[in-house]
Amino acid sequence: MQFGILVNEGPYSHQASDTAYLFARTAIEKGHKVPRVFFYHDGVYNASRLATPPQDDRNVGARWSKLAADHGVDLVVCVAAAQRRGITDGVLGDNFRISGLGQLVEMGIQYDRLVTFGD
Amino acid sequence: MSDMDDMDDGSGIIKKFMFLNRKAPHGTVYALEGLEVVLITAAFDQDVSLVFTDDGVFQLMKGIDTKGIEVKDFSKTYRALEGYDIEKLYVDQASMDARGLTEDDLIVDVTVLSVDEMANLMAEQDVVISF
Repeated sequence: MQFGILVNEGPYSHQASDTAYLFARTAIEKGHKVPRVFFYHDGVYNASRLATPPQDDRNVGARWSKLAADHGVDLVVCVAAAQRRGITDGVLGDNFRISGLGQLVEMGIQYDRLVTFGD
Repeated sequence: MSDMDDMDDGSGIIKKFMFLNRKAPHGTVYALEGLEVVLITAAFDQDVSLVFTDDGVFQLMKGIDTKGIEVKDFSKTYRALEGYDIEKLYVDQASMDARGLTEDDLIVDVTVLSVDEMANLMAEQDVVISF
């Protein structure tokens, strides 16, 4: 099955991004496809490479980058939400890209399921 | 919205998208940014339904004035939805009752649904996005 994933909350202050990551990783391990993850609202903060969490904690952004590198997941950050919050190309972590909301709608149209993580 | 021209993902597929608006218009950004997704989805010629439930019913309330909190008032956008061929607006009866609201308090025409009717409508959808 093809899963599209929507992440609506930022890292650390909310569990949404962690749960979305674990869902995506597990789905891939079980043989499903996760072609794209879309980051919206404060979810765009997951894309910042400027985050430097303590060494003994997970690195939420870097974890997404690695999942993309290992499995070709397309990590898309909403341009309008990103501009509001100061997330620009210059601060993007590896394998994230900035694009429009059309990329979110496309997930709904093309994939078997669209799963939202957030409040 | 700047990018409201007709869009196409090339598949020709039309799915039923339901947007579930659950939060008050102000206090958080969900209602405002949620509306942006609604408009883009309509631009993709998808079958769009909007549901207002819980505090989301306040999004449609008449007389919203944001001057005192110095944030953008986007309530006019709801009245413009018809122009984007978004005509399926539903509100949850119990949420209205709990907040002392009736259809006369709202800025647009809506269909009021019971919990059971809402559940049936939801079950018909291909994609449900909640803001």
